[in-house]
Amino acid sequence: MSAPATTDAFLKGLWRENPVFVYLLGMCPVLAVSNSVINAVSMGLASTFVLVMSSALVSLLRNFIPKQVRIAAYIMIIATFVTVIDYLIQAISLELYAALGAFIQLIVVNCMILGRAESFASRNPIGPSILDALGTGVGFTVAIFCMGAIREILGNGSFAGIDLFGPHFEPWIVMILPGGGFFVLGALLLGVNALNQRRKAADHG
Amino acid sequence: MAEQSLGFIFLSAAVVSNFVLALFLGICPFLGVSGKVATASRMGMAVTFVMLVSSTCAWGINILLGALNAEYLRLIMYIAVIASAVQLVEMIVKKFSPALFRALGIFLPLITTNCAILGVALFQTNRGYSLLQSLVFAAGAGAGFTLALVLMAGLREELELADVPGLVKGTALTLMIAGVLSMGFMGFAGLGGG
Repeated sequence: MSAPATTDAFLKGLWRENPVFVYLLGMCPVLAVSNSVINAVSMGLASTFVLVMSSALVSLLRNFIPKQVRIAAYIMIIATFVTVIDYLIQAISLELYAALGAFIQLIVVNCMILGRAESFASRNPIGPSILDALGTGVGFTVAIFCMGAIREILGNGSFAGIDLFGPHFEPWIVMILPGGGFFVLGALLLGVNALNQRRKAADHG
Repeated sequence: MAEQSLGFIFLSAAVVSNFVLALFLGICPFLGVSGKVATASRMGMAVTFVMLVSSTCAWGINILLGALNAEYLRLIMYIAVIASAVQLVEMIVKKFSPALFRALGIFLPLITTNCAILGVALFQTNRGYSLLQSLVFAAGAGAGFTLALVLMAGLREELELADVPGLVKGTALTLMIAGVLSMGFMGFAGLGGG
C-alpha cells in the first residue's frame, strides 16, 4: 500500500464518507446523547474505541471466520468490547455512566460499527482496517460533537458546562428536549447537502 | 418500581416516553421504512413480535446469569438471543406467509440491529420488571414504535404530493417532521408524571 492510499483510508471517514452526515449510520446515539458537549464527546470516544478494537480483531480473524456465521461472529466481537467499555466508564465516572445510561450498551447495535466490520475490516489487513476504523470513529465523534455543541449552546447557554452568555440569556429549552435533536440534525444535514450541491455545481461549471 | 401498575407501564412505554420520538431508539427503520403506511404497519408488527419474544428470553437469561454470578455476559447473551429470535421469526413468516416475507424483504433480518429491541431488554433489566411487567412493557414499546412509524408514513405519503425545494427533500425533511412529531408527543408527558 502506498502512503496516499493509507492516508485516504483515514481521511475519507472524516468528510467524504462521514458515517453520520453521508451514510446516516448510527443515528440513535447521535440524537439521544447529544444534549451536552461532555456526553457527546464521551459517546463519540467510546464508540471509536469499540470501532477500532473490533475492526482490528475482525481483520485479524478474517481468514478464520466461516462466511455463513460471520455476522454473528462480528456481533459477538463487538459485544465483547462494548462490555469492556461499559465497565470502564462505570469505573471512571459514575456520573457519566448515569448520564449515558443504556446507550453505552446500545453501542452494540450501532450499525456503523457492524458496517465497517463487514465492508472494510473483513477484507483488508490489520493496518488499513485500524486506520479506516479510526477515520470513521473520528468522523462520528466530530459529528456528535457538532450536535452536542449546538444543542448545549442554544439550549443551555453553556459549552461543556462553562456558562457563556451570562444570566440574561434566555435558553432555548426545546434544543435540549428530544424534538431539538431532530431539528438540529435536520438542519446540519441540510447544510451538508447545500455544500455538496454547491461543490458539484462548481465542478460542472 | 415493582408497585407500578401494568396499565401505567404500557402507557408510559407507548406514548409518554415513546421509543422512537422520546428515547431515539430504532431511528434507522424509522427513517428507512416509513415511506408507505402498509409496509410501516407490517414492520411495526414484526418488531413488536420480536420484542415480545426477546423480552421473555431476556427475563429468563437474567435470572440464569444472576444464579451463575455471570452478569458480565448479559450483553453478549442478549444480542445472541435477539439474533436467534429474528431468525425464528424469519423462518415462521417464510413458512406461513410467503407474501409477507417478500414484502418485508431485507428489513426482516435488519431487525437484529434495531436498537429498540435491545433497548427493551436492557430497560426491563435496569428497572427490575417481573415477567408480566416485562411483557406489558415490550407490548407497549412495540405499540409505540408501530404508532410512530405509521404516523410518519402517513405524513410522508402526503408529502409526496407537496411541492418542497429539492435541497430539503429526503432525510433532512423527514428529521424536521420527526422533530415536530416529537414535540407533539411531549404533550403526553403530563400523563402519570412521565
